[in-house]
Amino acid sequence: MNRQRLTWIVIGVVFAGLLVVRGMTGQGLGRVYVQHEDVAYAKVETKSAQGAPTVAWKRVAEGGVADVRWQEWSAVPPKAWFEAQAKDPRQSAITLSWPRTIGLWLAAFFTLAIFSFLWADNVFYKFAEATVVGVSAAYWMVIGFWDTLVPKLFAALVPAVVQAHVQPSLRPVDDVQWWSMALALVLGGMMLWRLAPRGGWIGAWPLAFIVGVTAGLKIVSHVESDLMAQGLATMESVVAVVPGADGATDVGASVWGTLANLLVVVGVLSALTYFLFSVEHKGLVGGTARVGVWYLMITFGAAFGFTVMGRIALLAARFEFLFDDWLWLIDPNHLRA
Amino acid sequence: MSLLARLQSLDRRWIFLLMAIAVAGPILWSGLTGKTPPEQPTDAARRVLKVIDDLPEGSRVLFAFDYDPASAGELQPMATSLMRQCAARKLRIVCIALWPLGGNMAQETIAHVIRADFPSLREGVDFVNLGFQAGNEGVMKVVLTDFTKAFPKDTRGQAAADLPILQGVRTVRDFPLLVNVSAGYPGSKEWVQYVVSASEGSVKMIAGCTGVQTPQMYPYYPGQLAGLLGAIKGAAEYENLLNGVMGGDPAPKYLEAQRRMAPQLFGHLLLVGLIVVGNLIQFMGRRGTRA
Repeated sequence: MNRQRLTWIVIGVVFAGLLVVRGMTGQGLGRVYVQHEDVAYAKVETKSAQGAPTVAWKRVAEGGVADVRWQEWSAVPPKAWFEAQAKDPRQSAITLSWPRTIGLWLAAFFTLAIFSFLWADNVFYKFAEATVVGVSAAYWMVIGFWDTLVPKLFAALVPAVVQAHVQPSLRPVDDVQWWSMALALVLGGMMLWRLAPRGGWIGAWPLAFIVGVTAGLKIVSHVESDLMAQGLATMESVVAVVPGADGATDVGASVWGTLANLLVVVGVLSALTYFLFSVEHKGLVGGTARVGVWYLMITFGAAFGFTVMGRIALLAARFEFLFDDWLWLIDPNHLRA
Repeated sequence: MSLLARLQSLDRRWIFLLMAIAVAGPILWSGLTGKTPPEQPTDAARRVLKVIDDLPEGSRVLFAFDYDPASAGELQPMATSLMRQCAARKLRIVCIALWPLGGNMAQETIAHVIRADFPSLREGVDFVNLGFQAGNEGVMKVVLTDFTKAFPKDTRGQAAADLPILQGVRTVRDFPLLVNVSAGYPGSKEWVQYVVSASEGSVKMIAGCTGVQTPQMYPYYPGQLAGLLGAIKGAAEYENLLNGVMGGDPAPKYLEAQRRMAPQLFGHLLLVGLIVVGNLIQFMGRRGTRA
């Protein structure tokens, strides 16, 4: 047995032992409870704002006349179960949910499996990684079909068929011309032609269409919101006059505001100078470009700092999940006491 | 082996372990004691509070949930607080999403805040979730001309045009405020570029975004963005301000961002220390090579 395998076995055994101990002490760990509720709805014929007949569903009270009924299961905090059990140990209103509990343990397993990569590449990490990739790919396919193809393409081409057989709640949009969607379908088909052994050039046409439309959209928005608006903001008066609470000028805030404005103007001009490659960077241009480099470095540092903050926040959220929802070591939301 | 040589070849797993302790320790401390580190709000967070506070009661707010569970650790606390302030101010909240799971995040936030703490608010009248729409910037362009064409029904299947909350809404310009919580593309940047700029100032926007996005969003503040919550720090500042305004002892769910600042503090201290030590080792190693 090599050293790495032995390490994994030791870690696994120690961890399983700690889990067993945790499960046998205090309130235990990792359980999800649910409460069930009977839901009933009645169909009501009504009219839309435009006067067209439409159907609305109204919730009816328990025992009322309803067209559809079902049971809803909602998660409740464990303390609700503790209290219900203390009152009546045979109660069945709040019960342990096995599917949700298994889901919780699976989430904990996958979190630890991904963390295990920090030690070394291993079979648990590979399994978790493959699961994420598989589930994501399937999820995006389903989203693409049900949220794009069905409501936007098929609903425009064959609305009656879609409403009758696929999505009864579909509300066709009247002013979508069927031929414009047919054109989109043809372009989509041409795009798929790239996969054919011959005639790959056919796929270049829809690609050209996408590039053209995207470029047009982006150019307009960037010129409007970044070039013009940001340029205008930089050209505003450098001297800031900040009014205080009493209406008079707040000298301190005004000085700081003016300094901040100066920093912005110097930063914009020097960073732009750094990207001025048609002039040799020496003398005044070189000095200004050097200031620009400092600005860029500070910007990258700030971006790195914010990225670290984001990653630590995500790590903290996963640890909270492990300590709170799974291991019941902490209870910041008072769900158990 | 000298100390310098040992540090130069230090196994990176020791760093991971130190980071795990630096993050896990404060979580356990905060979870067991209920204490959170103090927060000093910045101007950007104050403005978010003020912009929402200045809206007259009954004003419509368009709340775009452009994130998914992968970023919830960073963004959910700010979404919770933003919705709490809107509901407390009796604003009418219209939730939309350009991310497939954004609609679910909106539903969760509604359950967490409105249904739990503001039960008198009625769905379809005081708030609504119009769910996800595919199309990214395309949807943004459509809401500029016909809002209900982009979002024809709510998540319950009711026609958007029939909902009392949307009566009189023709375009996105009919919302005096756009609140966006975003984790990337499409998100805050695109809302500024395609909607705020195109609306020529008629749509005010406040944004809450991830740490990665924040440096890209700062140039838009305070001109094109009326307020900005950058990463979990921005969320904690805003949460602290809002708890002060709301008064009383806040429920633990309204302290989520502030709780996450304790691991931030120690994680950052460790990282700063590691960067300093790493650079010292590098310089000492270079000097040794030259000598």
